[in-house]
Amino acid sequence: MNAFLAQLLNGLDKGGAYALIALGLTLVFGTLGVVNFAHGALFMLGCFCAVAFRALITIETITIDPTKLSPWGQPLEIRTPVVQDWLGSWGTVIVDYSVPLSILLTIPVMLAIGIGIERGLIRHFYKRTHAEQILVTFGLAIVIGEVVKAGFGPNPWPQPIPNALRSAADIGRWIGMEPGALTYPWWRMIYLFFALSVIAGVFAFLRFTTFGMVVRAGMADRETVGFLGIDIDRRFTVVFGLAAVVAGVAGAMYTPLLPPNYQIGMDFLVLSFVVVVVGGMGSLPGAVLAGFLLGILQSFASMTEVKSIIPGIDQVIIYLVAVIILLVRPRGLMGRRGVMES
Amino acid sequence: MTRLLMNRRGLLRTMGAGAAATMASPMFFTRGAWANEFCNSPEKSGKIIFGFNVPQTGSYAEEGLEQLKAYELAIKHINEGGGMLDTLKPLSLKGNGVLGKKVEFVSGDTQTNTDAARDGARRMIERDGAIMVTGSVTSGEAIAVQSLCQEKGVIYMAGLTHSNDTTGKDKRRYGFRHFFNAYQSGVAIAPHLASAYGKDRRAYHLTADYTWGWTQEESIKAATEALGWETVATVRTPLGLGDYSQYLTPVLNSGADVLILNHYGHDMVNSLPQAVQFGLRDRQANGKDFQIVVPMFSELMAVGAGEAVKGIIGTSNWHWALEDAGTQAFTKAYGEAYGVPPSQAAHTGYVQAILYADAVERAGSFYPPEVIKALEGHEFDGVGIGPTLYRDSDHQCFKDVLVVQGNDNPSSKFDVLNVIGKATRDEVTYDPSIFGGELGPYEPNQC
Repeated sequence: MNAFLAQLLNGLDKGGAYALIALGLTLVFGTLGVVNFAHGALFMLGCFCAVAFRALITIETITIDPTKLSPWGQPLEIRTPVVQDWLGSWGTVIVDYSVPLSILLTIPVMLAIGIGIERGLIRHFYKRTHAEQILVTFGLAIVIGEVVKAGFGPNPWPQPIPNALRSAADIGRWIGMEPGALTYPWWRMIYLFFALSVIAGVFAFLRFTTFGMVVRAGMADRETVGFLGIDIDRRFTVVFGLAAVVAGVAGAMYTPLLPPNYQIGMDFLVLSFVVVVVGGMGSLPGAVLAGFLLGILQSFASMTEVKSIIPGIDQVIIYLVAVIILLVRPRGLMGRRGVMES
Repeated sequence: MTRLLMNRRGLLRTMGAGAAATMASPMFFTRGAWANEFCNSPEKSGKIIFGFNVPQTGSYAEEGLEQLKAYELAIKHINEGGGMLDTLKPLSLKGNGVLGKKVEFVSGDTQTNTDAARDGARRMIERDGAIMVTGSVTSGEAIAVQSLCQEKGVIYMAGLTHSNDTTGKDKRRYGFRHFFNAYQSGVAIAPHLASAYGKDRRAYHLTADYTWGWTQEESIKAATEALGWETVATVRTPLGLGDYSQYLTPVLNSGADVLILNHYGHDMVNSLPQAVQFGLRDRQANGKDFQIVVPMFSELMAVGAGEAVKGIIGTSNWHWALEDAGTQAFTKAYGEAYGVPPSQAAHTGYVQAILYADAVERAGSFYPPEVIKALEGHEFDGVGIGPTLYRDSDHQCFKDVLVVQGNDNPSSKFDVLNVIGKATRDEVTYDPSIFGGELGPYEPNQC
């Protein structure tokens, strides 16, 4: 039972990341009709917003302590982050909580990048074929990756979990089990709740705001909404920016779990496309459902008992399930008729 | 009819010209220089080029970049003196290059990838004219490059490679390893594990899925089972995975009370903190405190893993804080050059470059069979960690092996590991036949 619950939590945690990325991908496809292969790059840019934020707040002043020597006989350098010099213990807290605080930087930066990409490039390809859209967005992803590589180098940038959240939550005790029977890392729990909150926020935004209503109307019938005098293109530009923000914050908060490098977006992109296809192209609930479903399946497939029966199953389970679902339901779990069909 | 007229002045002029031509020709290759044809002979090219083939990107990039810095320092010391040239005994190098000629180098990025490592070494040999190739941080790279170098007749001085196979079943006449191996780690660490955690333990292995991981798992499993430990499971993880959560979750309810991480580089820097985040070190299992062991790790990994490394027991090839003259000379030179103490990856690379250069100097020739014979059975000291033997039967170095532990109270950001013990050279010496393999011929191929 404990093993089952632990794997379930792990699956939900992984699924949260898959669902967040797939949500943005589906949002863009559902509104703009664009298959955005640069979406993984937006996730990666979000990761590097966290990296850049930490680099900024940990700019150091160097003082020499002549009373102490380094192992090679030179006076010892003492490095102190400027933020700590200025703000004292608050500065220490800011450095410690750099990852969650980096969201404050990530949101405006990703919104600007998203809107910039849509206005500068994507809108010129609305009426082109999906193949051309894939080619241009894939090219954009490579360009973004190379720019980040030039700026940050090719190697991963580990980001710390705040000190207070580095241990594991004793979930077993919360549900009446023996202490220590079921534990799970605090940060992964926080990421799961963060993912659920963002997903809920996006759904609420589309469901309960006038802006969201117009966007949903545009997704259903773009031309008619246009005839009503509504500038739907401007709304969709904002939606692209919103999708970029969702990908960006998903990336920023994920950095303590997986140190990012310029390729991290591609790793997630492939998985996210499988999630989108399994969920049904253009279906937001489908993307979320498939994200969690595949995350949980991947987690259970990595159990020792399962791998002893089918070695290596954890590496292929997602693709295997995708094949089976597409054979049984060609439009995915919640796909609609007519989407990406001639 | 032509008559050859040669008066005394003409004879002197001709002799002078001949002497000048002889002086102008490469003087740095003498003994045996004309007798042997071999790949990238400096006698022909007039250049001595070392090839430094290290991972600068990928899972083991940090160690590779450190190793590259150490190689550059080794070139400086070979050409200008200093560093371990002041401590290595016996020493034939004079601090003026090798056989009187300055050494140059080329470098490449193996990307922590076996195919890229092999391609890089091939480029160094075929295009850049490298007389010797060195460097690696994974055993996969080392074994692949070693095999290529045997085919090409170019000596390979392996960098950081810890798999038993490198000087075991995959050993080659043209390959030499200064670094210790997984078997030696097992012998060294076992008594310390017994003393710290007892003889009644149940271990769960997570192992990087390639040659080094396999042989380390095999050696540590054998060493711990000999203590009386039981192995609950051995699970393979892909190299460069990043997120280990799906592999750590099953450990929680496996019945194990020790997790052994056969991971290195970024793999360990990711897996160890994640294991700690999962609360493994706060757990009780089978009535005991749960423990994590990392059988082989380095200072760089300890810094990368941060707080998580505190108290973790492992083994190391070398440590910059050792007090012998060779260690101090290298640490001082490296610290002055780069502002940080050197890692074990840097140390082994530096030593390998110096040892090759010294072997050429002793052999008086770059002809590979002569250099190989100069290295085989060579006994030396003054490069850190005591008297060392390059065994002739498998080209493995034998010296003491360090047992280290993550420092609970570091006094500086460099003070991350404590040396808590040492297995002597005799204790870690083994019969070469247990790992099999054939060295192959001395005679070089033409590249």
